[in-house]
Amino acid sequence: MPTEILMPALSPTMEEGTLAKWLVKEGDTVSAGDLLAEIETDKATMEFEAADEGTIGKILIEAGTEGVKVNTPIAVLLEEGEDASDIDSAKPAPKADGDGDGDGDGDGDDDDDDDDDDDDTVESEQDGEAQKAPARAAAPEPAPEQEPDWPEDTPMKSTTVREALNAAIAEEMERDDDVFLMGEEVAEYEGAYKITQGLLDRFGARRVIDTPITEHGFAGIGVGAAFGGLKPIVEFMTFNFAMQAIDQIINSAAKTLYMSGGQMGAPMVFRGPNGAAARVGAQHSQCYAAWYAHIPGLKVAVPYSASDAKGLLKSAVRDPNPVIFLENEILYGKSFDVPDIDDFTLPFGKARIERAGDDVTIVSFGIGMTYAMEAAEKLAEDGISAEVINLRTLRPMDTDTVLASVRKTNRCVTVEEGWPVASIGNHISAVIMEQAFDHLDAPVINCTGKDVPMPYAANLEKLALTSVDEVLDAVRQVTYR
Amino acid sequence: MAARKTQKKPNVSAEELKRYYRDMLLIRRFEEKAGQLYGMGLIGGFCHLYIGQEAVVVGLEAAAEEGDKRITTYRDHGHMLACGMKPEGVMAELTGREGGYSHGKGGSMHMFSKEKDFYGGHGIVGANVPLGAGLAFADKYRGTDRVTFTYFGDGAANQGQVYETFNMAALWDLPVVFVIENNQYAMGTSQERSTSSPEIHTRGGAFGIPGEAVDGMDVLAVKAAGDKAVAHCRSGKGPYILEVKTYRYRGHSMSDPAKYRTREEVQKMRDEKDAIEHVRELLLSGKHATEDDLKAIDKEIKGIVNDAAEFAKDSSEPDEAELWTDIYAAEVPQDA
Repeated sequence: MPTEILMPALSPTMEEGTLAKWLVKEGDTVSAGDLLAEIETDKATMEFEAADEGTIGKILIEAGTEGVKVNTPIAVLLEEGEDASDIDSAKPAPKADGDGDGDGDGDGDDDDDDDDDDDDTVESEQDGEAQKAPARAAAPEPAPEQEPDWPEDTPMKSTTVREALNAAIAEEMERDDDVFLMGEEVAEYEGAYKITQGLLDRFGARRVIDTPITEHGFAGIGVGAAFGGLKPIVEFMTFNFAMQAIDQIINSAAKTLYMSGGQMGAPMVFRGPNGAAARVGAQHSQCYAAWYAHIPGLKVAVPYSASDAKGLLKSAVRDPNPVIFLENEILYGKSFDVPDIDDFTLPFGKARIERAGDDVTIVSFGIGMTYAMEAAEKLAEDGISAEVINLRTLRPMDTDTVLASVRKTNRCVTVEEGWPVASIGNHISAVIMEQAFDHLDAPVINCTGKDVPMPYAANLEKLALTSVDEVLDAVRQVTYR
Repeated sequence: MAARKTQKKPNVSAEELKRYYRDMLLIRRFEEKAGQLYGMGLIGGFCHLYIGQEAVVVGLEAAAEEGDKRITTYRDHGHMLACGMKPEGVMAELTGREGGYSHGKGGSMHMFSKEKDFYGGHGIVGANVPLGAGLAFADKYRGTDRVTFTYFGDGAANQGQVYETFNMAALWDLPVVFVIENNQYAMGTSQERSTSSPEIHTRGGAFGIPGEAVDGMDVLAVKAAGDKAVAHCRSGKGPYILEVKTYRYRGHSMSDPAKYRTREEVQKMRDEKDAIEHVRELLLSGKHATEDDLKAIDKEIKGIVNDAAEFAKDSSEPDEAELWTDIYAAEVPQDA
């Protein structure tokens, strides 16, 4: 029976890619290990090999097609003795049009259309949420009680978190010659996660600097350069590796302004992906939000959306203090609407009410917001109106917005992927207890990652992180429903 | 310890020689006074005295120019005095008073002066080495020809980040002089018990960084080596390593039981190698100064140190509001 060749996943977080080039054509005979195609992911271009021998019966996805989902059939392989007439007997692909009409119109270009549902909850901003509110409108959604981050009639542009980060760095480098970027693979490789794509070409090797694999050393050199008046952006390939450098971050960058009586400090940004990606195991999956939020002298930003990423990173570069900027690999490829205005910045210490509600306050940040938003959507279907607060920065933390919301809803659930002990949720619970105790109708519940090193196995990894179901359970507990 | 080469004619002027004498004496008397104040309970915590090592910073400061930077570890009082920071401001920081360089918030190990390009004063062994390379990076980035003196000890020379820094400093030709003040003891562990190969100045070889050993008890030898190192860095050839062999007469810190070496060893160094005595002999034997001239300098220094001590005692403790200042630098306007 003919076999379908499926779009491969070539990295832990790849969900789709571009079928850049076919290296075979219909009718070619291939053996296992022969190169079939070049696949472009958000990180790299990679060659894709045949796993079986046979004849290429039909190419289903044209070269050049973008946004081909992982596991989409891209070609049909015929076994010995089969010919093109057997193709119809190939296992039908779930969503591909499979007509092979060669217009490249298969599964590939659905970037602009509605994605499937689980993606939508991640990618939508508050505007999209309103449109998708369930028709029965059991949960009223009062207007958010906050000043908007941008005027209502601002034109918006769909942007990935990755593009937003790249634009923020480029704009700040354009604006100030003292800003430079250093880190592993940031220049010629254009970033291990392609955040720094094109920056070497644009700004040159003086300002976009590849370092050796030596986190402790280059973090220290970055801090020294900041003492010397420059404004470094130090990229850690992931924050897991920044543990090698944490002495320089805390003892040198965070404390020097205080120890010098205000004479000198470290105006700089340490940035990179934080927390769990997918299936990369215990040493590559840690969330450092609570660690850095603990340190006076540091500021800590944790963007969720692309507008967060752009606005907060530009502010971080301009901030005269050391800023820890915790990104998330899984969010890099997600698209959000970003206000299309010159020099868009967001202030630190100002949370965003991503979704207004009356029955319960859900507080989160970074990728935790994806659970919070999806849970809020599901709760609305059950007639529970959740207010979802995106903290955006953990230090300073906008506890005023949290407290005001809790005084309204009288219930609170926090959501994060990090560990439960001494977590951000613990801190928020304490603040609420101290300052809004009489307003609480139920104990605050912290949804967190489990108190274990991150396992590798797919099922265990899923269990180790928090989940939408946990958030739903927590909300039902605090609302007694 | 390298053998002293001098008694040869100094290649510096009489005035310069007198200045070295004065600067070294200031450090020694200052440190003796700090030791006394510590004993009286006026200085707390850790206090690492520089007595014995004075020729290192005085010789290297003589090789520095305006705008050159310096950064060191926690045995830092000598470096601050040698680069021109005010003795009363340093002493008042030791006593934790408002008049100190960091308003009493840094202490002995964490002091800074932007005005004098003194970037600390760092309490973590080895951590100042990449920081120093970073300062040099900033100068190179800006296209200046300034040089950064990055001081650390034989103990710090075993920290991994030192070699990470050597690699990048060489790779990027950073204008940094790595000054290894080898006083032979990493706290209480002698070099032979801590360090596989005693020739620390050769450790840059693996990175292509030139290095040399210098007699750190001879201020003229230090100055000459400093000139050479600075010329190398300033001309754009990248980093340079000086291993300056020196000796501290006092304990690692004030709380050092000194069980790791004999009293005789220390006394022998003081008697035979003392850097201040050496310059004093040069001044007298070369007839550059009379006993009376030197007495006048001694008296001037004593006055300065006593004044610094008085200032440090009289300066008030920091205002309680100071607890909450300097944690964050002021915001810049978002639309700046």
